[in-house]
Amino acid sequence: MERRQSVELYLGIGLIMVLTAFAVMAPFFTNYDPHQTDAERWLQSPGREHFFGTDRLGRDIYSRVVYGARVSLAVGILAMLLSITVGTALGSLAGYFGGFADQLIMRLTDIVLVFPTMLLALTLVAIFEPAIWLVVLVIGGTGWPAVARLVRGEILRLKSLEFAAASRMLGASHWRVLLVHLLPNALGPILVAATVAVPAAIMTEAGLGYFGLGIQPPIPTWGNMLREAQNYIRYAWWYATFPGAAIFLTVFAFHLIGEGLRQRINPMSQVGRGRRAYYH
Amino acid sequence: MRLLLNRLGQTAIVLFGVTVVTFFMMHSAPGHPLQANPELRLDPTAVERWLELQELDGPLPAQYISWLSRMFRGDFGMSLIYSRPVKELALERLPATLLLTVPAFLLALGLAIICGTWAALRQGGFADRLLGLGTLAGLSLPSFWLGIILMMLFSYGYPWLPAAGMRTAEDSSVSDILTHLILPLTMLIVGSFSYYVRYVRYAVSDVLSQDFIRIARARGFTEIYIVFRHVLPNASLPIVTVAALSLPLLFTGALVAEYVFSWPGIGRWIIISTMARDYPVIMAVNLSTAALVALSNLLADLLYLLIDPRLRIKA
Repeated sequence: MERRQSVELYLGIGLIMVLTAFAVMAPFFTNYDPHQTDAERWLQSPGREHFFGTDRLGRDIYSRVVYGARVSLAVGILAMLLSITVGTALGSLAGYFGGFADQLIMRLTDIVLVFPTMLLALTLVAIFEPAIWLVVLVIGGTGWPAVARLVRGEILRLKSLEFAAASRMLGASHWRVLLVHLLPNALGPILVAATVAVPAAIMTEAGLGYFGLGIQPPIPTWGNMLREAQNYIRYAWWYATFPGAAIFLTVFAFHLIGEGLRQRINPMSQVGRGRRAYYH
Repeated sequence: MRLLLNRLGQTAIVLFGVTVVTFFMMHSAPGHPLQANPELRLDPTAVERWLELQELDGPLPAQYISWLSRMFRGDFGMSLIYSRPVKELALERLPATLLLTVPAFLLALGLAIICGTWAALRQGGFADRLLGLGTLAGLSLPSFWLGIILMMLFSYGYPWLPAAGMRTAEDSSVSDILTHLILPLTMLIVGSFSYYVRYVRYAVSDVLSQDFIRIARARGFTEIYIVFRHVLPNASLPIVTVAALSLPLLFTGALVAEYVFSWPGIGRWIIISTMARDYPVIMAVNLSTAALVALSNLLADLLYLLIDPRLRIKA
């Protein structure tokens, strides 16, 4: 593998920093209230007043896209934290202790993994009322098995190395070996998994919003903006274009970071083999 | 043989888990469809009788058992909205979905194998980097947005292709269906191609870095011979894995594509049923999709044994 300066990593981090700045300081970057309707100026094309035009109720699309970043980033990061925490905990338990715990945890991941994420998310959101916490819970709750498998494989590998045995011989408890010696060594792949989990969560959230089953209006989200825009694409190209471009840019930036990190620590060597390693 | 039995056992456990999850997911739903709309003011005795007819009144484990035995007999119950058997409704919509997903799967995978192999052979070259960045962008495109953009460009901007549906009324020609197919197919292919290509490139470059390839080159075999005789057969194992594991992805793609382009298939039906809380439909679809995915994972493992004789000996 050739080593080259990873432009991707820095480009991705830069983009995310800019996006986060916009999301956090949304009022400073916008001239209009995202909820402010204007009956005189609905569906105006982009111009000096409204950079991204206005929507069917005369709301400023630019402001709504900027405020929408808050929801997307919050959901993405919270769902990622949830799936990484649960996945790391279960995966390392399964990998380190093996035996019955391993069987139990791995069958559980299998069961969750055979449901397509979007279908499971749709079903759960349809059963309960859609709300921000539920969307986070559902996306995080469907995202952990992939992390669990990754961490389990990594712990299995590390467990068999000399330093783990040495630490046991020096009298360290199982928990100490796992938490102090093995997990820190697995942080690289976990970090990559985390940077992949955020864009996946953002995409699912936007998809749910687009189907009308995500976070509900009037809270502006990129997904529910696209849903509203759908009926107007014939007359107003800007209506659907900008919220979608925002999703694309955000997800792309996270993927760039993931790619950059992957080139550095290269856990790609696990992909495609991870599953086999686990069945045999 | 032990390995095989082990895998069969695992699949059985997963399938059982899937039925339990689906069943209890639905039953944790607050209320039933007749309660969804309080303005209906239904006669309580009628509601009770309806629950009895739908077998929704017994204790949970009993309901689960009777539900499971009905599922085994292929009886997925009646749709609450259409008042017709779920199975019938699904089978009506299946051909449309297959018409969309099967070509999308084959085209995306075929293209990915060609482009991925090409990129791996020219690692670090311009085409490789372009493909790497392009597929990263392809993975970042929200599929529904891509669909909307395609529709805006090619149905409304330039009115070349139909924006919705599978056929024009009173036109049953094949070319009519084909023109309806182009946009949703494109949308599906972009996503899954980007996904497959990265794995193919990785699998091929992994094989290329091994000693026997260098030896084959040293022996003076042509590059084409090496690629087809040595590289692709050895790279086929991870490619089969990713193809089998991508089934849920394909399903989600169909869901979105059918919804965006009003394609009269299973995906669109599921979304509509989900919004209307048509429980028997949601249950049946969850169950059959999950079972299908579990079985395709098993199939992938069986394919390994077929492809790689070494595993047969080990097993």
